[in-house]
Formats: sequence, C-alpha cells, structure tokens
Amino acid sequence: MTDPNIGILAYGAYVPQRRLERSAIYAANQWFAPDLRGLAKGVKATASWDEDAITMAVEAGRDALTGIERAVVGSVSLASTTLPFADRLNSGIVKEALTLPDTSGASDATGSQRCGASALIQALNAAGPGRKPQLCIASDLRKAAPASGDELMIGDGAAAMLVGHGEPIARFLGSHSVTIDFVDHFRSAGVDFDYGWEARWIKDEGHTKIGGGALSAALEMHGLAGSDIAHCAIAITARGSGAALAKKAGIAPEAVIDPLVGEIGDTGAAHSSLMLAAALERAKPGEKILLLDFGQGADVLLFEAAEALGKLPARTGVAGSVARGRPVENYMRYLFHRNILPLERGARAELDQKQPSTTLYRARKGVLGLVGGRCTKTGTVQFPKSPISVNPNDHAAHTQEDYPLAEVPAKVVTYTADKLTYSPDPPAYYGAVDFEGGGRLTCEFTDLEGAEVEVGCPMKMVFRIKAVDELRHNQRYFWKAAPVNEGES
Amino acid sequence: MPRGIKDKVAILGMGCAKFGERWDADAEALMVEAYEEAVADAGIETSQIDAAWLSVGFDAVNIGPSGIPLSMALRLNNIPVTKVENYCASGTESFRGAVYAVASGAADIALAMGVEKLKDIGYGGLPVRTRGTMFDMIGVTGSAPGNFAQLASAYRAEHKLAPEDLKRAMAHVSVKSHANAVKNPKAHLRKEIDIDTVLNAPMVAEPLGLFDCCGVSDGAACAIVTTPEIARSLGKSDLVTVKALQLSVSNGWEMQGTGWNGSYFPTTRLAASRAYDEAGITDPREEVGLLEVHDCFSITEVVTMEDLHISKPGEGWKDVLNGMYDADGKVPCQIDGGLKCFGHPIGASGIRMIYENYLQLLGRAGERQRANPPKYALSHNLGGMPNQNVAAVAIVGIEG
Repeated sequence: MTDPNIGILAYGAYVPQRRLERSAIYAANQWFAPDLRGLAKGVKATASWDEDAITMAVEAGRDALTGIERAVVGSVSLASTTLPFADRLNSGIVKEALTLPDTSGASDATGSQRCGASALIQALNAAGPGRKPQLCIASDLRKAAPASGDELMIGDGAAAMLVGHGEPIARFLGSHSVTIDFVDHFRSAGVDFDYGWEARWIKDEGHTKIGGGALSAALEMHGLAGSDIAHCAIAITARGSGAALAKKAGIAPEAVIDPLVGEIGDTGAAHSSLMLAAALERAKPGEKILLLDFGQGADVLLFEAAEALGKLPARTGVAGSVARGRPVENYMRYLFHRNILPLERGARAELDQKQPSTTLYRARKGVLGLVGGRCTKTGTVQFPKSPISVNPNDHAAHTQEDYPLAEVPAKVVTYTADKLTYSPDPPAYYGAVDFEGGGRLTCEFTDLEGAEVEVGCPMKMVFRIKAVDELRHNQRYFWKAAPVNEGES
Repeated sequence: MPRGIKDKVAILGMGCAKFGERWDADAEALMVEAYEEAVADAGIETSQIDAAWLSVGFDAVNIGPSGIPLSMALRLNNIPVTKVENYCASGTESFRGAVYAVASGAADIALAMGVEKLKDIGYGGLPVRTRGTMFDMIGVTGSAPGNFAQLASAYRAEHKLAPEDLKRAMAHVSVKSHANAVKNPKAHLRKEIDIDTVLNAPMVAEPLGLFDCCGVSDGAACAIVTTPEIARSLGKSDLVTVKALQLSVSNGWEMQGTGWNGSYFPTTRLAASRAYDEAGITDPREEVGLLEVHDCFSITEVVTMEDLHISKPGEGWKDVLNGMYDADGKVPCQIDGGLKCFGHPIGASGIRMIYENYLQLLGRAGERQRANPPKYALSHNLGGMPNQNVAAVAIVGIEG
C-alpha cells in the first residue's frame, strides 16, 4: 500500500485557442489524398506561431498552480517529444516563467509518446514526507506532413500535474510499466515528421497485446477488477482502440474517458496528462481512475479520487480549454506557422533577432518571469525594475523589490493593429496595458481570434515566443497580453 | 530660470536640398546641395566656419558613424564636427549645438547640417532596427505608424470621440498639407488630394491610412549661425534671430508609470512652455503666427496643436476642421507641406522646418509666402514615439 498522502495535488491544462476545421485541411488536400475523408471531422487545436512546447507548458503549469504559492513547488519536469532545445534545459525556461525558486529542481523527459506518464510515475515514486511536490508538465507541438493522416489527427496542447506528499485530490495507488521496442512510428532527431507503420498491425500487436496486456497486469497487481475503475483514460487516439481495451478488461463503457479527438486532437506526449485531467474533472471522491499511456511499451497508473478534489479552486482545465476554442478555417496560415509553407515575408522580416545570453541572464526575472519592481518607499509598481523609481513625485533610488506581474489583471490603455511591421500573424496588435495596482507594459497582443480590442478591455498576460532567430536556431521568449475570454477571471 | 538665448544668435544663411526619392544623390551630394545654398546666402567662405554639427537618424544605412562624413563632404577646415542623434528630433539637436556654440562665444560662426539618405534600404518606410539588447527583449518592434496610431486610439477614448470624427480631422490635416506643398518646388509630394482619397486609402496601422503618414524622403538642410553683431558686420540687416530653443526628453513616466493616458505629449507641452518663457511669449495663440510641426502622422499634428498650447485640450481636432491651421487660417501650419509632403529625411527635418520659418520671416518664401509675415514662427520637432520621445521646440523671429 502506498502512502495515502501521496498523489496528485492539483492539475491544469492548456490548449491553444485556434481550432482548425479538419474539413478545411481535407478540402485543400482531397485532390491528392481522397482517402483521408474519414478523418476529416471535427477540429484540431493548433498553436499559433508564437507557441511551442515550452510556452504551452508554462500555461498548463500556471493553471495547475491556481491558488497555490509558487514557493511550494520543489521541482518541475517537462515531458515532450518536441522540446525546442536539444541542449538547454527546457524545463529551466518553464521554471523561470513560473517564477519558481532558484533552488527548484528541473528535468526534461522525452523520447516517446509516453514520456509524460513515465515522468509522472517517477515523480510519484519519489514523493514522500518532507519532500516538496513536483510539477509534472507534458506538452507537445508536433508537425505532420501535409495530406497525411497525422496532420488531421495531431493537435497541440499541454497538461500539468502537481504531484507529491500532502492532501491529494487523487491518491496514487500504484503503477505498472512494460518496455518493448515496438516501432509503430518513429521520428529521428532533427526530422520534422513521423514515419509510421500499418495501422492494423499497430492495433493488433501494439495496442491490444502490449497495451491491453499491461492494463490487465496492472489491475491484477493491485487486486482490482475492471469493474472497479470508474474513469479509464487510455491515451490512444486510434478510433475505438481505447474503448476496445477497456471493454476487454471488463471496464464499463461509461468509465471510458473520451480521447478528445473531435475537439482537440492527439496531443502526443501531453495526451495522457490531458486525459487524466479530464478524468479528474468528472471524478468523485472514492472513485478509481486508471491511466494508460502507450509508446514502445506502456505505462499504467492507478489513482483514487479523494475528498480534496472537491475543494480545488476553479481553473481552466480541460473543460475550459475545450470551451475557449475558436474554430478557424485558415489552413494556409497553419502551414506557415508550422514552418511547412515558406511565404514571402518581405525585407522587414530581416531584422536580426540574436539574443545576447549576458543580457538575458541579467534580466531573466523580468524577461522570462515578468517580474517588475515595487518601490518599498512609495509603493509604485513598474516594469522593468530600475535603480531609480519612475514615480514623478519621488524618484526614490535603490528601493525596489521584486514584484511579479504575470498573474495581475490588466487593461488596454492604447493599441493599434499594425499592417506595416512584420508579423507572422498580421496585423500585429500591440499597445500599452496597465496592471491592476500599478505598472504599465507596452507589449504585443496575442490570441485575438474573434476578439475586439478597445481602450479599457480586460487583458491577461501569457508567455510566448517574441521572435525567432532563424540564423542561430533560437527564439526569444517574453510575455504578451491576451484578451480575457468570457468566463475567465 | 536660466537667462536663455533670446536674440543672442542670428541666422546668417540657410539652405535646403530638394527632398524626395533622390535616386540620383547620395548623402554627400545632398549635404553639398544644402550647403551651397546656405553658404551663398550667408555670404561667407567655408574657412570662416569655426565649428559644425551634423545630425542623422539612421547612420548605419547611409553615412555611417562620426562627424567625418560632413567634414569630408564640405572639405571643412579640420574644425570640430560633432555628430548628433536624437531620433527624429536630431535636426533641431544639430541646430541647438551650433546655436549654443555661438551663444557661448566658443564659435563666431557655426554650421548645423542635417541629412538622411533613406532610399538606399530597398523598401518603403523607415528602416527596421534594434534599440539595444534589453529593449529588444521586452519592447515592441512596431512600425512608426503603429506607434503613433496608438495616439489616436487614446485621444479618441480620452475625448470620447466617434472614430469617424477624428478620422475626418486627421484627413483634413493631410489634405491641407498636400495643397500647401503644390506651391513648394523643393517638396517631395506636390499633388493635391481630396478628403475621400484620404478616408478610402489602404490602412497602414489602424486608424492610420496611407495618407495619414508622411513621406519618407532623402534630403539635407543646413543653417549657418553667428552673433547679431557679426551678422551686421557682414552686411546683413533684417536679422532672423533665435528666440527660444528647448528640448524635453521623456524619462520613462509615459512608458512605465500609469499616470499618462496616451493621448498627448507631456514633453511637447513642457518644451513649448519653456520656449514661450524663453522667448517672452505669454499668449501663444495670438503671438505665434506660423507653425512648422512634426506631422509624421496626421494624428500627431492634431494632438500637437493642443500640446503647443494653441488649441485647447480636446479641441485641436475641431480647430483643424475649422481651418484655423490652413494656409489662410489664423495660424498656418505646414505652409511648406510639412513632413507630410515636403518630406521627412529624419536628420534634416528639424532644420528644414527652421528653413521655412526663416524664409517666411524674411518674405522669401515665393509663391507660398504668407501675406503678413508674423513676429514669431515656431518649429516643433519630435523624435521617438508617443510613449518615449524627444520633443524640440524652436522659435525664431525678426530681431528686436
């Protein structure tokens, strides 16, 4: 029996706002690939040009930490098969954006679609009294070749689980893993697209035998019957596969969590965490939750929902992420934003975006964490922090303390929609926003699909790619303002 | 209160190159063109110049660093040459250097040159550039129209204006400047336009359309200054003297504080007040007879009419529509076409404004000459963007 105080302490999710109509993708490609018609239903979540696995992870992490002091977190992990950096701690950037303490641990997990579940198992097994929780984030932004089945199936998204010792919302009952080099698909390092094998073989030999075998073994090891499982999250998006595995294990059809294909798509390494979050959103205390993730073997995790689940503060989660989606039909923009379709961008796009490491290191709290300054003498809040206060009535010197602004609500002071400056998503909206309680930032606006901007509009801050340095294969990150959607606080 | 420089410095001569897309000319040729007019007007030899100032905005895409390009172009006598850059207010900054040199007694005769060769960059509008390593990480690399368009959104919100009312006032600004420039042989854009052309033009940065934006031009302008005494000794009469020269630079309050609503320029207001004090002007609406302002965008001109304390706050747009600033209005503004149509070679513009005021005061402005030359003519030269800028105000007038 594992420690009943170990488990999931909080969860969060993030799914990009744009939902590309699969019918639009199919309409563009049907001349070439008419056989994709069967997949051309519903929408898939598509990240904008200014998002990647890191930025989505930050948003999922923020959602998970709703109402929780950042200093509580002991470490952060980021699981993804599309980590932007091969050698720079991706989770380290997440740590800075979440303003976690410098004494935090951080690790990246990758290499398989099930790296998210595997990282979760490791964190749960490492949890114990006196050890600070780990924020386990999974995030993926995969590319797919145009006119492929993957293109229709893949969606972008992230989910986060705060796990450790405390008052869990779901107690960890145990796990079971098998590892077998079953190559249903692979993507070599530095290559954009997957190479996949025949779907029927994957279903029979992979999903059914390896996945189903691991599921049965996990239930047996923990003395559970299929009928004990109230919520079964199987992160396999091939049509009917998850439901078939559940049925074979004796799990009730109503226990099966919808794999979110119609509303979001297959979010790769993030998908198991996203489905676990969906399970937590509907679970009642005492109910058992099973999570299965597949990829060169399988990981199975078992949880039991606890009383604390009902006390969790409101968050966006999966339901909110699904609700905030805005259907779009611009397939060409999607291809451009995935760097699949090179458009002529003009001379204004030629600005060198080299990022000096020295400047970034000195200013990392401000740039990556949106930490400004607050004058301890006058209370004036400003961004960025500076040696001498901006307060016109008291230019107090050397009085400023760190003042995080990322979670502070803001409103528009000035704005424009600029069609002249280069933006991968024209027109470029930007302007000044004022933070509640002080502080002003002139910044870019994002996530404006279907939104009207006007002076006074409520805005929230989101962590995004500011610019891409194509010459050195790097990108700058900073914060942008996004409209507050209806129902969001 | 400093004593100021009123009437301590006289303009000995001025020159201005033809502004426009000068495919035929490089920065050196433009400087020589402006200088030859100025030195002939001054009636001196190059060897009589004691010190020089050179302003340029985008040196990296035309003349490069230092004051050497001016010294080489004019074959100056190895005198001190200082290069200055203060965004689009660089021209007035160059003039300020020369005027202060004379006022201090360090130089008897000083030269101010402003130049910009923009049409070697390969695309329209201003060059895209970085603004230092820190700004690039947190700032917005928007276009100039995008930065100034925000004035309009804030002005509209502050004065509760219907978008179409403000747009109409902005359009009037551009129609007026186009009409004025037809009479200016050195102007870049010399074609009348009607209000519908402005209102229906393609959007550049909302709500600024194509005709709300000034021309991006090549050009140079030059001033030679000295003391009134030396000017008289050189045979000059009817001297145009400098009445005031003020500069106000943002200290971050607009950008980082929360007290500014984005609808006006606190720096312009300060520079104007200081300039009126220095010149001894107590009622600018009645005493200033001619304006050359930094109409980089039509909305800037509307707002500047208030910031110069000539229109009342919130009423600039009405005064514009009522024709107060038209060529035949109470206070003509941009009688030469302004940045809008004379053109905007960044480093030269501040000196070009003073050039026009100088000609008007002396009754030498040809077809566009104002009937009754005013006592004071004001130029307003703005650099940067609404939330972070350099505002310069220069007032010149007939001596006495």
